[in-house]
Amino acid sequence: MAERAGPALVDVPPHECPGTGSEQAGKATACQGCPNQGLCASARTAGPDPAIEEIKEKMKTVKHKILVLSGKGGVGKSTFSAHLAHGLAEDETKQVAVLDVDICGPSIPKIMGLEGEQVHQSGSGWSPVYVEENLGVMSVGFLLGSPDDAVIWRGPKKNGMIKQFLRDVDWGEVDYLIVDTPPGTSDEHLSLVQYLSATCIDGAVIVTTPQEVALQDVRKEINFCHKVKLPVIGVVENMSGFVCPKCKKESQIFPPTSGGAEAMCHALNVPLLGKVPLDPQIGKSCDMGHSFFSKIPNSPATLSYRDIIQRIQDYCRHNHPQEDRNP
Amino acid sequence: MLNVQDRDVHQCDSGWVPVFVDQDKSISLMSIGFLLEKPDDAVVWRGPKKNALIKQFISDVAWGDLDFLIVDTPPGTSDEHITAVESLRLYRPLGAILVTTPQAVSVADVRRELTFCKKTGLKVIGIVENMSGFVCPHCSECTNVFSKGGGQELAQHAGVPFLGCVPLDHQLTRSLEEGRDFVQEFPKSSAFPALASITQHILSVASRSS
Repeated sequence: MAERAGPALVDVPPHECPGTGSEQAGKATACQGCPNQGLCASARTAGPDPAIEEIKEKMKTVKHKILVLSGKGGVGKSTFSAHLAHGLAEDETKQVAVLDVDICGPSIPKIMGLEGEQVHQSGSGWSPVYVEENLGVMSVGFLLGSPDDAVIWRGPKKNGMIKQFLRDVDWGEVDYLIVDTPPGTSDEHLSLVQYLSATCIDGAVIVTTPQEVALQDVRKEINFCHKVKLPVIGVVENMSGFVCPKCKKESQIFPPTSGGAEAMCHALNVPLLGKVPLDPQIGKSCDMGHSFFSKIPNSPATLSYRDIIQRIQDYCRHNHPQEDRNP
Repeated sequence: MLNVQDRDVHQCDSGWVPVFVDQDKSISLMSIGFLLEKPDDAVVWRGPKKNALIKQFISDVAWGDLDFLIVDTPPGTSDEHITAVESLRLYRPLGAILVTTPQAVSVADVRRELTFCKKTGLKVIGIVENMSGFVCPHCSECTNVFSKGGGQELAQHAGVPFLGCVPLDHQLTRSLEEGRDFVQEFPKSSAFPALASITQHILSVASRSS
């Protein structure tokens, strides 16, 4: 692959890239100096990936698809994905699945108490690992031999894995598929949206902490969603305020200096799904692989989570994705 | 965080001129943030494009004479990390500092990062445990919001140096939010001695290797 940039300094222009599918790919003026110019111009990238059709077939049995995104790492994205799944799966008539596409940092197996589990192969594909009868999980963590194993992969290999997860996993009839992603707006996110383009994604939930340093990246994430026409279900402000267990007074460990997610959501006209306070029990439960809903059923964090899950359910109920919206 | 978000990168004969953070020009900075038209623009790039930019940042920026080059990376073990290690190999990097929070979920990812360093032949200078305990500003009670000791245990387990614990400090988060110089303005805060001792450790590793 042509990765080497030319000797001239180029201010790489992300806006003017005609896109690999375009007639102008590799030929437009904006392509001058781009390291991928050769590849794009060779037209090898043209034409849709046949996997998109196969994934569309596979996803016919999946009713709702929700992506969980964040700008920064460590804001509680996987914790949220896992507990969204736990919350939705409390209704035993609903089938819930979690797909962890954080290829280099899979945390879902640990948080859901599935560390050390392996994936089984069946006639109809890979079988997810089940936490409960109606809650299945798939993660690259299940394919690793030891907790020390690192997945040192560049983009294309990660994309291949994501394609396999979507196409070759035997998900069965699923009401909610929750996709946990790594932070940012790169290969994994583009591939997900691309592979799922023939199906219909209900939308994305964006998790953040209250400080401006984190919100800056959330604005980028929202812009990404607009760019790829991914509906934003809403923003969750996590680690929002901490109540000292001794004196019961609240402090802001991550201060919302610019008004927090609330002000940002208002300015960008996206819904704020809720604020979850920082509770040391949450981290502890995740380390042990338990759901904190059962550990601390009455804490403000649990109540806030339940409220957020209810709002997401309502959103999905009113959102009847039409097939072939983006053919 | 360094309060230079509105500045621009200029070009000179020897390449891109980094942005200087302070009056004395003792800290220079290069970031893709300087190349965006609007601060909220998303950089929606796949690996190869990111790799090309990282290589340019290393080879085409007029860094001048530097004592230290600190490379801040995203989480994970993918394109950015592989490319940074490959492009810096020629310059014999001093090593890597791994930052974790104390809880097991975070430590698990840093274990994988350690394997990455081993496989790519990058020396591990040590592990820092960040967000390690929060002292309530009202009653001075210390709560281990994200558990405690995970970083230290991992360092022992892996046989790499442990550089220290940095507590959650609202003065530090606030100072970063406002882009102020924490070291100059908050020498009495709880995170300061921890950061100072970690820096001292790194300086001594550097002086031993040169």
